Amino acid sequence: MKFRGKIAESACMRQFANIIVTLARLSKLCVVRFTKDFIYFIIVEENVTVGKPMVWSVLEQTHFFNEYSMTGVSEDQNEIYLEFETDVMAKSLSSLRVSHGAKSVKMKLTNKKSPCLTFEIQLSELSHSRFCVHDIPVSVIPRKEWTALQEPVVPNYDVSIQLPGLKLIRTVAERMKSLSSHIVLLANHEGALILKVETPEATVSTHFKNLIMENSGGDEENTEEFFSARIDIRKFVQFLTSEQVNPSKVVCNIVDDKMVAMFLINEDIIMHYFLPAVAA
Amino acid sequence: MSILSQNADVEDDCLFEAYLDSVKNISVLLKAVNFKDNGICFATDKGLKVTVEDSKCVQASAFIQREVFQHYTLNDEQVVFKVNISVLVECLNIFGGSATALKMCYQGYGFPLTLLLEEGGVITDCSIRTLEAEEILDFNFSAANVLNKIILRSECLKEVFAELDTSSDLIEILLSPDPPYFRITTAGTAGDTKIDIPKNSDMIETFQCTTLATSRYKLSHVKPSSKSLAVSQKVSIRTDDRGLLCFQYMIPADNHTCFIEYCCTPVADIDGEYDE
Repeated sequence: MKFRGKIAESACMRQFANIIVTLARLSKLCVVRFTKDFIYFIIVEENVTVGKPMVWSVLEQTHFFNEYSMTGVSEDQNEIYLEFETDVMAKSLSSLRVSHGAKSVKMKLTNKKSPCLTFEIQLSELSHSRFCVHDIPVSVIPRKEWTALQEPVVPNYDVSIQLPGLKLIRTVAERMKSLSSHIVLLANHEGALILKVETPEATVSTHFKNLIMENSGGDEENTEEFFSARIDIRKFVQFLTSEQVNPSKVVCNIVDDKMVAMFLINEDIIMHYFLPAVAA
Repeated sequence: MSILSQNADVEDDCLFEAYLDSVKNISVLLKAVNFKDNGICFATDKGLKVTVEDSKCVQASAFIQREVFQHYTLNDEQVVFKVNISVLVECLNIFGGSATALKMCYQGYGFPLTLLLEEGGVITDCSIRTLEAEEILDFNFSAANVLNKIILRSECLKEVFAELDTSSDLIEILLSPDPPYFRITTAGTAGDTKIDIPKNSDMIETFQCTTLATSRYKLSHVKPSSKSLAVSQKVSIRTDDRGLLCFQYMIPADNHTCFIEYCCTPVADIDGEYDE
Protein backbone atom coordinates (compact mmCIF):
# COMPACT_ATOMS: atom_id res chain seq x y z
CA MET A 1 0.00 0.00 0.00
CA LYS A 2 1.33 3.39 -0.90
CA PHE A 3 0.02 6.90 -0.82
CA ARG A 4 1.59 10.26 -1.47
CA GLY A 5 0.03 13.57 -2.32
CA LYS A 6 0.88 17.26 -2.34
CA ILE A 7 -1.37 20.31 -2.03
CA ALA A 8 0.23 23.59 -3.06
CA GLU A 9 -2.66 26.05 -3.51
CA SER A 10 -3.45 28.00 -0.33
CA ALA A 11 -7.23 27.93 -0.94
CA CYS A 12 -7.11 24.15 -1.33
CA MET A 13 -5.02 23.75 1.81
CA ARG A 14 -7.39 25.94 3.78
CA GLN A 15 -10.47 24.11 2.51
CA PHE A 16 -8.91 20.72 3.26
CA ALA A 17 -8.13 21.82 6.81
CA ASN A 18 -11.64 23.26 7.22
CA ILE A 19 -13.09 19.91 6.21
CA ILE A 20 -11.02 18.10 8.84
CA VAL A 21 -12.04 20.65 11.48
CA THR A 22 -15.70 20.15 10.57
CA LEU A 23 -15.28 16.37 10.86
CA ALA A 24 -13.59 16.85 14.23
CA ARG A 25 -16.72 18.58 15.49
CA LEU A 26 -18.84 15.64 14.41
CA SER A 27 -16.81 12.76 15.78
CA LYS A 28 -13.53 11.77 17.42
CA LEU A 29 -12.80 9.05 14.90
CA CYS A 30 -13.08 9.05 11.12
CA VAL A 31 -12.26 6.73 8.27
CA VAL A 32 -10.53 8.06 5.16
CA ARG A 33 -10.73 6.05 1.99
CA PHE A 34 -8.32 6.85 -0.85
CA THR A 35 -9.15 5.78 -4.39
CA LYS A 36 -7.62 6.82 -7.69
CA ASP A 37 -9.98 9.75 -8.22
CA PHE A 38 -11.74 10.35 -4.94
CA ILE A 39 -11.16 10.74 -1.24
CA TYR A 40 -13.94 9.72 1.10
CA PHE A 41 -14.42 10.63 4.77
CA ILE A 42 -16.72 8.23 6.55
CA ILE A 43 -17.98 8.37 10.11
CA VAL A 44 -19.99 5.47 11.40
CA GLU A 45 -22.26 5.86 14.40
CA GLU A 46 -21.21 3.79 17.39
CA ASN A 47 -24.32 1.76 18.07
CA VAL A 48 -25.83 1.74 14.64
CA THR A 49 -26.72 -1.29 12.54
CA VAL A 50 -24.39 -2.40 9.80
CA GLY A 51 -24.10 -0.29 6.70
CA LYS A 52 -25.37 3.02 7.95
CA PRO A 53 -22.67 5.66 7.95
CA MET A 54 -23.48 8.79 9.89
CA VAL A 55 -21.27 10.98 7.74
CA TRP A 56 -20.42 10.26 4.13
CA SER A 57 -18.28 12.82 2.42
CA VAL A 58 -16.62 12.77 -1.02
CA LEU A 59 -13.88 14.98 -2.44
CA GLU A 60 -12.54 14.91 -5.98
CA GLN A 61 -8.80 14.63 -5.43
CA THR A 62 -7.94 16.71 -8.50
CA HIS A 63 -9.64 19.69 -6.87
CA PHE A 64 -7.11 19.65 -4.08
CA PHE A 65 -3.90 17.86 -5.01
CA ASN A 66 -1.17 18.99 -7.39
CA GLU A 67 0.44 15.59 -7.03
CA TYR A 68 -1.39 12.41 -6.09
CA SER A 69 -0.43 8.79 -6.38
CA MET A 70 -1.62 5.72 -4.61
CA THR A 71 -1.44 1.98 -4.68
CA GLY A 72 -4.23 0.15 -2.90
CA VAL A 73 -4.31 -3.17 -1.09
CA SER A 74 -4.50 -5.12 -4.32
CA GLU A 75 -4.81 -4.55 -8.06
CA ASP A 76 -8.53 -5.20 -8.28
CA GLN A 77 -9.15 -3.40 -5.01
CA ASN A 78 -7.07 -0.32 -5.58
CA GLU A 79 -8.19 1.43 -2.41
CA ILE A 80 -6.88 2.28 1.03
CA TYR A 81 -9.03 2.57 4.16
CA LEU A 82 -7.50 4.20 7.24
CA GLU A 83 -8.99 5.23 10.56
CA PHE A 84 -7.64 8.33 12.32
CA GLU A 85 -8.38 10.67 15.22
CA THR A 86 -9.94 13.82 13.83
CA ASP A 87 -8.84 16.33 16.43
CA VAL A 88 -5.23 15.21 16.21
CA MET A 89 -5.27 15.79 12.45
CA ALA A 90 -7.19 19.04 12.79
CA LYS A 91 -4.61 20.45 15.20
CA SER A 92 -1.73 19.43 12.93
CA LEU A 93 -3.30 21.23 10.00
CA SER A 94 -4.10 24.45 11.86
CA SER A 95 -1.34 26.38 10.09
CA LEU A 96 -3.10 25.68 6.77
CA ARG A 97 -6.12 27.71 7.86
CA VAL A 98 -4.17 30.87 8.44
CA SER A 99 -3.57 33.01 5.37
CA HIS A 100 0.08 32.75 4.30
CA GLY A 101 0.48 30.12 6.99
CA ALA A 102 1.88 27.44 4.70
CA LYS A 103 3.32 27.16 1.23
CA SER A 104 2.51 23.52 0.64
CA VAL A 105 1.67 20.29 2.40
CA LYS A 106 2.79 16.80 1.48
CA MET A 107 0.94 13.74 2.73
CA LYS A 108 2.44 10.28 2.86
CA LEU A 109 1.47 6.92 4.22
CA THR A 110 4.44 5.91 6.32
CA ASN A 111 5.42 3.28 8.80
CA LYS A 112 7.03 4.73 11.89
CA LYS A 113 6.82 1.82 14.33
CA SER A 114 3.16 1.74 13.33
CA PRO A 115 1.26 3.08 10.31
CA CYS A 116 1.03 6.86 10.10
CA LEU A 117 -0.23 9.50 7.77
CA THR A 118 2.67 11.92 7.75
CA PHE A 119 2.08 15.56 6.93
CA GLU A 120 5.06 17.62 5.86
CA ILE A 121 4.06 21.27 5.97
CA GLN A 122 6.31 23.79 4.29
CA LEU A 123 5.87 26.96 6.29
CA SER A 124 6.10 30.32 4.59
CA GLU A 125 9.10 32.24 5.71
CA LEU A 126 10.76 35.21 4.08
CA SER A 127 14.07 33.77 2.97
CA HIS A 128 14.41 30.20 4.24
CA SER A 129 11.84 27.44 4.28
CA ARG A 130 10.97 25.66 7.46
CA PHE A 131 9.24 22.32 7.50
CA CYS A 132 6.91 21.02 10.11
CA VAL A 133 6.35 17.28 10.18
CA HIS A 134 3.37 15.64 11.85
CA ASP A 135 2.93 11.91 12.14
CA ILE A 136 -0.73 11.08 12.61
CA PRO A 137 -1.16 7.48 13.78
CA VAL A 138 -3.68 5.57 11.69
CA SER A 139 -5.07 2.08 11.77
CA VAL A 140 -5.38 0.27 8.50
CA ILE A 141 -8.86 -1.15 8.06
CA PRO A 142 -8.86 -4.69 6.76
CA ARG A 143 -10.90 -5.57 3.67
CA LYS A 144 -13.45 -7.62 5.57
CA GLU A 145 -14.62 -4.48 7.32
CA TRP A 146 -15.06 -2.49 4.12
CA THR A 147 -18.69 -3.55 3.58
CA ALA A 148 -19.83 -1.59 6.63
CA LEU A 149 -18.32 1.53 5.08
CA GLN A 150 -20.00 1.51 1.71
CA GLU A 151 -21.96 4.33 0.20
CA PRO A 152 -25.27 4.55 2.06
CA VAL A 153 -28.43 3.78 0.19
CA VAL A 154 -30.21 7.08 -0.01
CA PRO A 155 -33.78 6.46 1.15
CA ASN A 156 -36.86 8.02 -0.35
CA TYR A 157 -37.14 11.27 1.47
CA ASP A 158 -40.58 12.65 2.29
CA VAL A 159 -39.37 16.19 1.83
CA SER A 160 -36.15 17.91 0.72
CA ILE A 161 -35.77 21.60 1.40
CA GLN A 162 -32.86 23.99 1.00
CA LEU A 163 -31.73 25.81 4.14
CA PRO A 164 -31.77 29.61 3.87
CA GLY A 165 -28.46 30.39 5.49
CA LEU A 166 -26.54 28.35 8.00
CA LYS A 167 -25.61 31.31 10.16
CA LEU A 168 -29.15 32.23 11.25
CA ILE A 169 -30.20 28.60 11.65
CA ARG A 170 -27.14 28.01 13.81
CA THR A 171 -27.88 31.06 16.01
CA VAL A 172 -31.44 29.86 16.59
CA ALA A 173 -30.45 26.22 17.13
CA GLU A 174 -27.74 27.17 19.64
CA ARG A 175 -30.26 29.16 21.69
CA MET A 176 -32.69 26.26 21.53
CA LYS A 177 -29.91 23.97 22.72
CA SER A 178 -29.99 25.75 26.10
CA LEU A 179 -33.70 24.95 26.40
CA SER A 180 -33.79 21.30 25.35
CA SER A 181 -31.65 18.31 24.37
CA HIS A 182 -33.74 17.52 21.30
CA ILE A 183 -35.11 19.52 18.40
CA VAL A 184 -37.87 18.75 15.93
CA LEU A 185 -37.37 19.70 12.29
CA LEU A 186 -40.54 20.03 10.22
CA ALA A 187 -40.84 20.84 6.54
CA ASN A 188 -43.52 20.77 3.87
CA HIS A 189 -43.69 21.02 0.10
CA GLU A 190 -44.60 24.70 0.20
CA GLY A 191 -41.12 25.80 1.21
CA ALA A 192 -41.81 26.06 4.93
CA LEU A 193 -39.31 24.85 7.52
CA ILE A 194 -39.84 24.90 11.28
CA LEU A 195 -37.32 24.36 14.06
CA LYS A 196 -39.06 23.47 17.28
CA VAL A 197 -38.24 22.58 20.87
CA GLU A 198 -40.78 21.40 23.36
CA THR A 199 -40.17 21.12 27.10
CA PRO A 200 -42.44 21.27 30.14
CA GLU A 201 -41.30 24.87 30.56
CA ALA A 202 -41.88 26.18 27.08
CA THR A 203 -42.52 25.47 23.42
CA VAL A 204 -40.47 27.53 20.98
CA SER A 205 -40.83 27.34 17.17
CA THR A 206 -38.96 29.29 14.53
CA HIS A 207 -40.58 29.50 11.10
CA PHE A 208 -38.77 29.90 7.80
CA LYS A 209 -40.86 30.46 4.68
CA ASN A 210 -40.44 30.55 0.92
CA LEU A 211 -37.49 28.19 0.90
CA ILE A 212 -36.44 26.36 -2.24
CA MET A 213 -37.58 22.77 -2.56
CA GLU A 214 -35.30 20.10 -3.96
CA ASN A 215 -36.87 17.55 -6.27
CA SER A 216 -38.14 14.80 -4.08
CA GLY A 217 -40.36 11.87 -4.88
CA GLY A 218 -43.55 11.70 -2.90
CA ASP A 219 -47.07 12.88 -2.59
CA GLU A 220 -47.35 16.19 -4.38
CA GLU A 221 -51.05 16.59 -3.67
CA ASN A 222 -51.11 17.57 -0.03
CA THR A 223 -48.43 20.26 -0.18
CA GLU A 224 -49.22 21.81 3.20
CA GLU A 225 -48.59 18.61 5.08
CA PHE A 226 -45.52 18.73 7.32
CA PHE A 227 -43.02 15.91 7.64
CA SER A 228 -40.93 15.87 10.77
CA ALA A 229 -38.33 14.10 12.85
CA ARG A 230 -37.03 14.70 16.37
CA ILE A 231 -33.25 14.62 16.60
CA ASP A 232 -30.40 15.23 19.04
CA ILE A 233 -29.90 18.98 19.09
CA ARG A 234 -26.19 18.85 19.90
CA LYS A 235 -25.49 16.77 16.79
CA PHE A 236 -27.58 19.12 14.67
CA VAL A 237 -25.67 22.15 15.93
CA GLN A 238 -22.35 20.35 15.36
CA PHE A 239 -23.32 19.81 11.72
CA LEU A 240 -24.10 23.50 11.32
CA THR A 241 -20.46 24.39 11.98
CA SER A 242 -19.84 23.02 8.48
CA GLU A 243 -20.59 26.60 7.43
CA GLN A 244 -16.83 27.03 7.38
CA VAL A 245 -16.40 24.85 4.27
CA ASN A 246 -18.49 27.44 2.47
CA PRO A 247 -21.20 25.29 0.98
CA SER A 248 -23.09 26.58 -2.04
CA LYS A 249 -26.13 24.62 -0.96
CA VAL A 250 -27.34 22.83 2.15
CA VAL A 251 -30.42 20.63 1.94
CA CYS A 252 -32.44 19.23 4.79
CA ASN A 253 -34.07 15.90 3.93
CA ILE A 254 -36.63 14.33 6.20
CA VAL A 255 -38.09 10.84 6.39
CA ASP A 256 -41.11 11.32 8.62
CA ASP A 257 -40.46 10.07 12.14
CA LYS A 258 -37.36 8.20 11.02
CA MET A 259 -34.49 10.51 10.22
CA VAL A 260 -33.07 13.80 9.09
CA ALA A 261 -30.36 13.70 6.43
CA MET A 262 -28.42 16.91 5.93
CA PHE A 263 -26.72 17.28 2.56
CA LEU A 264 -24.07 19.84 1.81
CA ILE A 265 -22.41 20.64 -1.50
CA ASN A 266 -19.98 23.01 -3.10
CA GLU A 267 -17.63 22.53 -6.01
CA ASP A 268 -15.00 20.66 -3.96
CA ILE A 269 -17.03 18.49 -1.66
CA ILE A 270 -20.30 16.77 -0.96
CA MET A 271 -21.27 15.66 2.52
CA HIS A 272 -24.18 13.62 3.83
CA TYR A 273 -24.95 13.67 7.55
CA PHE A 274 -27.56 11.21 8.78
CA LEU A 275 -29.34 11.83 12.06
CA PRO A 276 -31.73 9.16 13.31
CA ALA A 277 -35.00 10.24 14.87
CA VAL A 278 -35.31 9.91 18.64
CA ALA A 279 -38.65 9.18 20.25
CA ALA A 280 -40.03 11.72 22.68
CA MET B 1 -42.00 48.58 11.05
CA SER B 2 -41.99 44.95 11.97
CA ILE B 3 -44.55 42.67 10.41
CA LEU B 4 -45.56 41.80 13.97
CA SER B 5 -47.15 45.19 14.53
CA GLN B 6 -49.24 44.72 11.41
CA ASN B 7 -50.43 41.35 12.62
CA ALA B 8 -54.17 41.62 12.34
CA ASP B 9 -55.20 38.64 14.41
CA VAL B 10 -54.73 40.36 17.75
CA GLU B 11 -56.12 38.39 20.64
CA ASP B 12 -58.99 40.43 21.98
CA ASP B 13 -59.08 38.29 25.06
CA CYS B 14 -55.52 39.23 25.96
CA LEU B 15 -55.46 40.71 29.43
CA PHE B 16 -52.05 42.14 28.74
CA GLU B 17 -50.39 42.80 25.42
CA ALA B 18 -47.26 44.75 24.68
CA TYR B 19 -45.10 45.42 21.66
CA LEU B 20 -41.45 46.45 21.35
CA ASP B 21 -39.49 47.36 18.19
CA SER B 22 -36.39 45.91 19.77
CA VAL B 23 -35.88 43.45 22.61
CA LYS B 24 -32.48 44.91 23.46
CA ASN B 25 -33.51 46.96 26.51
CA ILE B 26 -35.91 44.47 28.08
CA SER B 27 -33.35 41.71 27.60
CA VAL B 28 -30.64 43.72 29.40
CA LEU B 29 -32.96 44.46 32.32
CA LEU B 30 -34.21 40.89 32.70
CA LYS B 31 -30.71 39.41 32.51
CA ALA B 32 -29.63 41.78 35.30
CA VAL B 33 -32.25 40.47 37.74
CA ASN B 34 -32.01 36.86 36.61
CA PHE B 35 -30.11 35.58 39.67
CA LYS B 36 -32.86 33.02 40.27
CA ASP B 37 -34.80 31.17 37.60
CA ASN B 38 -38.33 32.25 38.43
CA GLY B 39 -39.69 35.76 38.62
CA ILE B 40 -43.05 37.39 39.09
CA CYS B 41 -44.32 39.82 36.47
CA PHE B 42 -46.68 42.65 37.33
CA ALA B 43 -48.26 44.55 34.50
CA THR B 44 -49.93 47.77 35.65
CA ASP B 45 -50.92 50.93 33.86
CA LYS B 46 -47.51 52.34 34.78
CA GLY B 47 -45.63 49.57 33.06
CA LEU B 48 -44.13 46.14 33.57
CA LYS B 49 -42.30 45.13 36.74
CA VAL B 50 -40.42 41.86 37.06
CA THR B 51 -39.43 40.77 40.57
CA VAL B 52 -36.99 38.05 41.59
CA GLU B 53 -36.60 37.03 45.20
CA ASP B 54 -34.15 34.88 47.12
CA SER B 55 -34.54 33.31 50.57
CA LYS B 56 -36.77 36.12 51.77
CA CYS B 57 -33.72 38.32 52.20
CA VAL B 58 -33.06 39.70 48.75
CA GLN B 59 -35.42 41.15 46.21
CA ALA B 60 -34.69 42.71 42.84
CA SER B 61 -37.24 44.39 40.60
CA ALA B 62 -36.78 45.64 37.07
CA PHE B 63 -39.20 48.37 35.91
CA ILE B 64 -39.97 48.95 32.29
CA GLN B 65 -42.30 51.92 32.10
CA ARG B 66 -45.08 51.78 29.53
CA GLU B 67 -43.57 54.66 27.55
CA VAL B 68 -40.70 52.35 26.56
CA PHE B 69 -43.14 50.08 24.71
CA GLN B 70 -44.42 50.98 21.26
CA HIS B 71 -47.81 49.54 22.20
CA TYR B 72 -49.09 48.62 25.66
CA THR B 73 -52.58 47.34 26.38
CA LEU B 74 -53.92 46.29 29.72
CA ASN B 75 -57.48 45.02 30.13
CA ASP B 76 -57.45 44.81 33.89
CA GLU B 77 -56.18 46.89 36.78
CA GLN B 78 -53.20 44.68 37.34
CA VAL B 79 -52.09 41.44 35.75
CA VAL B 80 -49.76 39.14 37.69
CA PHE B 81 -48.04 35.95 36.59
CA LYS B 82 -44.92 33.96 37.41
CA VAL B 83 -42.55 32.64 34.74
CA ASN B 84 -39.10 31.17 34.35
CA ILE B 85 -37.06 34.30 33.58
CA SER B 86 -34.06 32.31 32.33
CA VAL B 87 -36.25 30.70 29.67
CA LEU B 88 -37.80 34.08 28.85
CA VAL B 89 -34.36 35.62 28.33
CA GLU B 90 -33.28 32.76 26.02
CA CYS B 91 -36.43 33.27 23.95
CA LEU B 92 -35.92 37.01 23.67
CA ASN B 93 -32.43 36.36 22.32
CA ILE B 94 -33.40 33.59 19.90
CA PHE B 95 -32.09 35.53 16.91
CA GLY B 96 -28.95 36.61 18.73
CA GLY B 97 -29.09 40.20 17.58
CA SER B 98 -30.80 43.25 18.96
CA ALA B 99 -32.88 43.96 15.87
CA THR B 100 -35.57 41.58 17.08
CA ALA B 101 -39.14 42.85 17.43
CA LEU B 102 -41.33 41.46 20.20
CA LYS B 103 -45.01 41.06 20.87
CA MET B 104 -45.96 39.58 24.21
CA CYS B 105 -49.40 38.50 25.28
CA TYR B 106 -50.96 37.04 28.41
CA GLN B 107 -54.54 35.86 28.35
CA GLY B 108 -54.98 35.32 32.05
CA TYR B 109 -54.71 32.85 34.87
CA GLY B 110 -53.79 29.39 33.65
CA PHE B 111 -52.61 30.56 30.23
CA PRO B 112 -48.98 30.57 29.15
CA LEU B 113 -47.12 33.74 28.31
CA THR B 114 -46.90 33.92 24.53
CA LEU B 115 -44.17 35.74 22.65
CA LEU B 116 -43.86 36.49 18.97
CA LEU B 117 -40.36 37.49 17.92
CA GLU B 118 -39.37 38.65 14.48
CA GLU B 119 -36.13 39.47 12.73
CA GLY B 120 -35.54 39.69 9.00
CA GLY B 121 -38.89 38.18 8.13
CA VAL B 122 -38.33 35.06 10.24
CA ILE B 123 -40.77 34.53 13.10
CA THR B 124 -40.33 32.63 16.33
CA ASP B 125 -43.30 31.95 18.52
CA CYS B 126 -42.87 30.95 22.14
CA SER B 127 -45.29 29.68 24.70
CA ILE B 128 -43.89 29.83 28.23
CA ARG B 129 -45.64 28.09 31.07
CA THR B 130 -46.85 30.37 33.85
CA LEU B 131 -46.81 29.26 37.46
CA GLU B 132 -48.75 30.10 40.58
CA ALA B 133 -47.61 33.58 41.61
CA GLU B 134 -47.06 33.57 45.33
CA GLU B 135 -46.98 36.65 47.54
CA ILE B 136 -43.76 38.56 47.32
CA LEU B 137 -42.26 40.23 50.31
CA ASP B 138 -43.14 43.83 50.83
CA PHE B 139 -40.04 45.34 52.28
CA ASN B 140 -41.99 48.50 52.94
CA PHE B 141 -39.03 50.62 52.11
CA SER B 142 -40.55 54.06 52.26
CA ALA B 143 -38.88 57.40 51.76
CA ALA B 144 -40.01 58.45 55.21
CA ASN B 145 -37.72 55.99 56.95
CA VAL B 146 -34.65 56.64 54.84
CA LEU B 147 -31.74 57.62 57.03
CA ASN B 148 -29.03 57.93 54.47
CA LYS B 149 -28.92 58.30 50.72
CA ILE B 150 -26.12 58.74 48.24
CA ILE B 151 -26.12 58.76 44.47
CA LEU B 152 -22.94 57.86 42.73
CA ARG B 153 -21.59 57.06 39.29
CA SER B 154 -21.73 53.32 38.69
CA GLU B 155 -18.13 53.06 37.50
CA CYS B 156 -17.01 53.95 41.03
CA LEU B 157 -19.02 51.21 42.67
CA LYS B 158 -18.01 48.76 39.93
CA GLU B 159 -14.37 49.29 40.92
CA VAL B 160 -15.21 48.82 44.59
CA PHE B 161 -17.14 45.62 43.95
CA ALA B 162 -14.36 44.26 41.79
CA GLU B 163 -11.96 44.71 44.73
CA LEU B 164 -14.19 43.05 47.30
CA ASP B 165 -12.61 40.20 49.22
CA THR B 166 -14.76 37.26 48.24
CA SER B 167 -13.45 35.15 51.09
CA SER B 168 -15.44 37.38 53.42
CA ASP B 169 -18.83 36.16 54.60
CA LEU B 170 -20.15 39.58 55.32
CA ILE B 171 -19.94 43.08 53.90
CA GLU B 172 -20.34 46.08 56.18
CA ILE B 173 -21.65 49.38 54.89
CA LEU B 174 -21.18 52.57 56.82
CA LEU B 175 -22.83 55.84 55.89
CA SER B 176 -22.42 59.00 57.90
CA PRO B 177 -22.62 62.80 57.65
CA ASP B 178 -19.16 62.82 59.24
CA PRO B 179 -15.92 61.15 58.18
CA PRO B 180 -15.38 58.49 56.92
CA TYR B 181 -18.74 59.31 55.16
CA PHE B 182 -19.00 56.12 53.09
CA ARG B 183 -17.04 53.01 54.01
CA ILE B 184 -17.27 49.45 52.84
CA THR B 185 -15.59 46.80 54.98
CA THR B 186 -14.99 43.11 54.46
CA ALA B 187 -13.30 40.59 56.76
CA GLY B 188 -11.71 37.77 54.82
CA THR B 189 -9.10 35.08 55.35
CA ALA B 190 -6.29 37.52 54.55
CA GLY B 191 -7.54 40.23 56.88
CA ASP B 192 -9.87 43.23 56.88
CA THR B 193 -10.32 45.48 53.88
CA LYS B 194 -11.75 48.96 54.20
CA ILE B 195 -12.66 51.10 51.21
CA ASP B 196 -13.48 54.74 51.92
CA ILE B 197 -15.13 57.16 49.55
CA PRO B 198 -15.21 60.76 50.84
CA LYS B 199 -18.32 62.79 50.25
CA ASN B 200 -16.56 65.34 48.10
CA SER B 201 -15.35 62.66 45.66
CA ASP B 202 -16.34 63.57 42.12
CA MET B 203 -17.92 60.13 41.83
CA ILE B 204 -20.59 61.12 44.33
CA GLU B 205 -23.39 63.21 42.87
CA THR B 206 -25.66 63.41 45.88
CA PHE B 207 -24.80 62.93 49.51
CA GLN B 208 -27.73 63.10 51.94
CA CYS B 209 -26.73 61.41 55.15
CA THR B 210 -28.37 62.34 58.43
CA THR B 211 -27.12 59.72 60.86
CA LEU B 212 -24.15 57.47 61.33
CA ALA B 213 -25.43 54.02 60.50
CA THR B 214 -23.55 50.77 60.02
CA SER B 215 -25.08 47.53 58.88
CA ARG B 216 -23.80 44.17 57.80
CA TYR B 217 -25.07 42.04 54.99
CA LYS B 218 -24.16 38.62 53.68
CA LEU B 219 -21.82 39.10 50.76
CA SER B 220 -23.62 36.31 48.90
CA HIS B 221 -26.81 38.38 49.13
CA VAL B 222 -25.18 41.52 47.81
CA LYS B 223 -23.06 39.97 45.04
CA PRO B 224 -25.91 39.28 42.56
CA SER B 225 -26.53 43.03 42.40
CA SER B 226 -23.34 43.39 40.34
CA LYS B 227 -25.25 42.26 37.24
CA SER B 228 -27.48 45.34 37.53
CA LEU B 229 -24.52 47.51 38.43
CA ALA B 230 -22.68 46.43 35.30
CA VAL B 231 -25.35 47.81 32.96
CA SER B 232 -26.19 50.97 34.90
CA GLN B 233 -24.90 54.52 34.63
CA LYS B 234 -25.74 55.68 38.13
CA VAL B 235 -26.73 54.03 41.35
CA SER B 236 -28.37 55.31 44.50
CA ILE B 237 -27.71 53.65 47.84
CA ARG B 238 -30.24 54.10 50.60
CA THR B 239 -30.50 52.62 54.07
CA ASP B 240 -33.41 52.96 56.44
CA ASP B 241 -33.84 52.82 60.19
CA ARG B 242 -34.03 49.01 60.09
CA GLY B 243 -30.74 48.71 58.27
CA LEU B 244 -32.47 47.64 55.09
CA LEU B 245 -30.21 48.32 52.12
CA CYS B 246 -31.69 49.43 48.84
CA PHE B 247 -29.77 50.00 45.61
CA GLN B 248 -31.52 51.75 42.79
CA TYR B 249 -29.85 51.48 39.39
CA MET B 250 -30.46 53.85 36.51
CA ILE B 251 -30.14 52.07 33.19
CA PRO B 252 -30.26 53.91 29.88
CA ALA B 253 -32.85 52.56 27.43
CA ASP B 254 -32.82 54.61 24.22
CA ASN B 255 -34.53 57.89 25.11
CA HIS B 256 -35.65 56.66 28.51
CA THR B 257 -34.13 55.59 31.77
CA CYS B 258 -35.25 52.34 33.31
CA PHE B 259 -34.75 51.35 36.91
CA ILE B 260 -33.78 48.27 38.82
CA GLU B 261 -34.28 48.22 42.55
CA TYR B 262 -32.32 45.78 44.67
CA CYS B 263 -33.15 45.41 48.38
CA CYS B 264 -31.29 43.39 50.94
CA THR B 265 -32.00 42.70 54.62
CA PRO B 266 -29.21 43.14 57.15
CA VAL B 267 -27.64 40.44 59.24
CA ALA B 268 -28.60 40.95 62.89
CA ASP B 269 -25.70 41.97 65.14
CA ILE B 270 -24.53 39.16 67.39
CA ASP B 271 -24.30 41.49 70.37
CA GLY B 272 -27.91 42.38 69.96
CA GLU B 273 -27.09 45.98 69.08
CA TYR B 274 -29.43 45.76 66.12
CA ASP B 275 -31.53 48.89 65.80
CA GLU B 276 -35.26 48.29 65.83
